[in-house]
Amino acid sequence: MTTRIDTLFEKLAGEKRPALVTYFMGGDPDYDTSLSIMKALPGAGSDIIELGMPFSDPMADGPAIQAAGQRALKGGQTLAKTLKMAREFRTGNNETPIVMMGYYNPIYIYGVERFLGDAKSAGIDGLIVVDLPPEMDEELCIPALKAGLNFIRLATPTTDDKRLPKVLSNTSGFVYYVSMTGITGSALPDTSRVADAVKRIKGHTGLPVCVGFGVKTAHQAQAIGASADGVVVGTAIVNAVANVIGPDGKMTADPAEAVATLVRGLAEGTRSARLASA
Amino acid sequence: MNQPVTPNSFRAGPDPEGMFGIFGGRFVAETLMPLILDLEEEWEKAKTDPVFAAELENLNTHYTGRPSPLYFAERLTEHLGGARIYFKRDELNHTGSHKINNCLGQILLAKRMGKTRIIAETGAGQHGVATATVAARFGYPCVVYMGATDIERQAPNVFRMKLLGAEVRPVTAGHGTLKDAMNEALRDWVTNVEDTYYLIGTAAGPHPYPEMVREFQSVIGREAREQIIAAEGRTPDMLVAAVGGGSNAIGLFHPFLDDEGIEIVGVEAGGKGLDGEEHCASLTAGRPGVLHGNRTYLLQDGDGQIKDGHSISAGLDYPGIGPEHSWLKESGRVEYVPIMDHEALEAFQLLTRIEGIIPALEPSHALAEVIKRAPKMGKDNIIIMNLCGRGDKDVFTVGKLLGYEL
Repeated sequence: MTTRIDTLFEKLAGEKRPALVTYFMGGDPDYDTSLSIMKALPGAGSDIIELGMPFSDPMADGPAIQAAGQRALKGGQTLAKTLKMAREFRTGNNETPIVMMGYYNPIYIYGVERFLGDAKSAGIDGLIVVDLPPEMDEELCIPALKAGLNFIRLATPTTDDKRLPKVLSNTSGFVYYVSMTGITGSALPDTSRVADAVKRIKGHTGLPVCVGFGVKTAHQAQAIGASADGVVVGTAIVNAVANVIGPDGKMTADPAEAVATLVRGLAEGTRSARLASA
Repeated sequence: MNQPVTPNSFRAGPDPEGMFGIFGGRFVAETLMPLILDLEEEWEKAKTDPVFAAELENLNTHYTGRPSPLYFAERLTEHLGGARIYFKRDELNHTGSHKINNCLGQILLAKRMGKTRIIAETGAGQHGVATATVAARFGYPCVVYMGATDIERQAPNVFRMKLLGAEVRPVTAGHGTLKDAMNEALRDWVTNVEDTYYLIGTAAGPHPYPEMVREFQSVIGREAREQIIAAEGRTPDMLVAAVGGGSNAIGLFHPFLDDEGIEIVGVEAGGKGLDGEEHCASLTAGRPGVLHGNRTYLLQDGDGQIKDGHSISAGLDYPGIGPEHSWLKESGRVEYVPIMDHEALEAFQLLTRIEGIIPALEPSHALAEVIKRAPKMGKDNIIIMNLCGRGDKDVFTVGKLLGYEL
């Protein structure tokens, strides 16, 4: 099975540049605004879209993404609406891979089989579910692979060489390397340590390795992109949305434009990564 | 053909994957997975190590004051006119509740693992106080996460923790109650993986916590069994305990689960009634879902978003429940019932006046159920109720509800 993700990384290998992976929270601050943000991402230089599924108790997320999830839920977002958002996006874009990212409970309650069917038909390419380690693969990972979706696993600094094969066993699409032990939006560690970790993981798998957690600026994207196959940015994008929401909840500028401006800079950094390192 | 399968034993769980039927498991971020596997490995070694057992027993005896008495509540029995009522008096433990049983076990494990920093979550503050106590006793720095709302309503326990040298970090995320404190403790753990031991306060969370906490709390049921046989020459007819996360209840129940003929009742916080949103009856009014590392009954909406519970008792104010209770409910071995805030408040006052014991609001829920059931039972029947905490911490809450200015 070849997904949009596989096709993309083949293309980028030819272009000799890393992917820019952009996370945003589905439904933040409301459905329509959020869809306009999603639609603006590819044009601004995003190669892969991570579509956040809001959850009331996001245990691996820092304050920025927690707040984004709360805004989305307050705005009436549900898993069904997040799927609908992907479907609407696909009417105008059939190339950019979409990966849904979040926590297991909303999927479990929606029903695993029903979710996988709806996700596939909505044009979703992969899933990242934070609280499903390989020990729980029977829950969603194996059914997702059978349904033709990539299941993208997180590898972390605590995933040692002994454990890596287990983490990589049912992973497909790409590997998401979490740059540090901590929550989303923390400070980025020394990039040389990240480069070493990417090299270590690549010793175990032929899959592309994307790095996230803590990447906020074009400069950081460039530094990380020198060694990784992709750079994931989330908190900075979510903050760009938060920054244009006034205290009264009214928007002071167009969030889609604010996000696009940020992403254009990040894309420039990512695209020049290999040139800078060459 | 479709008969429910009765297992050979109700005491055999969890399986090696940490499952009690479909409940339990290890639903955690990859960063935590190696830590949980390390913990499981150390726990497997410790639980059969006589040195560990001896060290824990020594602390239970001389530090906590175990065994706690099994007290025949003569006046209450007379007042209700039915079954003979016994209280397992874990409220007499050092720190005032059953929480210390678990904290001592886990701090010994933290020591074995070479950890140097302790974190915990707390709702009412009882677990926070017990954790701060063992951290002081063993000389560890300790951070306790507590919801900002709970900090406000449990000021005496906050001060107690501070006196004991713990740092109490207020959690403003969400609604500032126990579930948010647990989220924040998990975020701390995922950040400080090298040196930190997460001392979970109830029989919930990822495997091996539910089993481990149950084992540390089962001292309650093991003692109660010996004590009732000494007092009455037989096992009881009924066990009753309050369930929030469910650690005191599983501690009393577990040694009796395979005794046919003993009725076992868990009492949930019915809050202001199950019709509205203001209750914490996850087993009665919730449904299975995944939160905080395990699959269990949860209060949630149709989209799988977790709701905030309500209870008069901060210790029961949690939208989930330990996974073993979910399994015991589905297997039919234990009956779970809700008790409303006002019923618990009445039971609290009755016990205070009739037996001279001020119970915590948590076991007051169990007591309210005993008050309903005892009169319908024969005078030769025996009930054991877990009086798992003392009410000193609740006098401000109760005073306010009864219109006293303290």
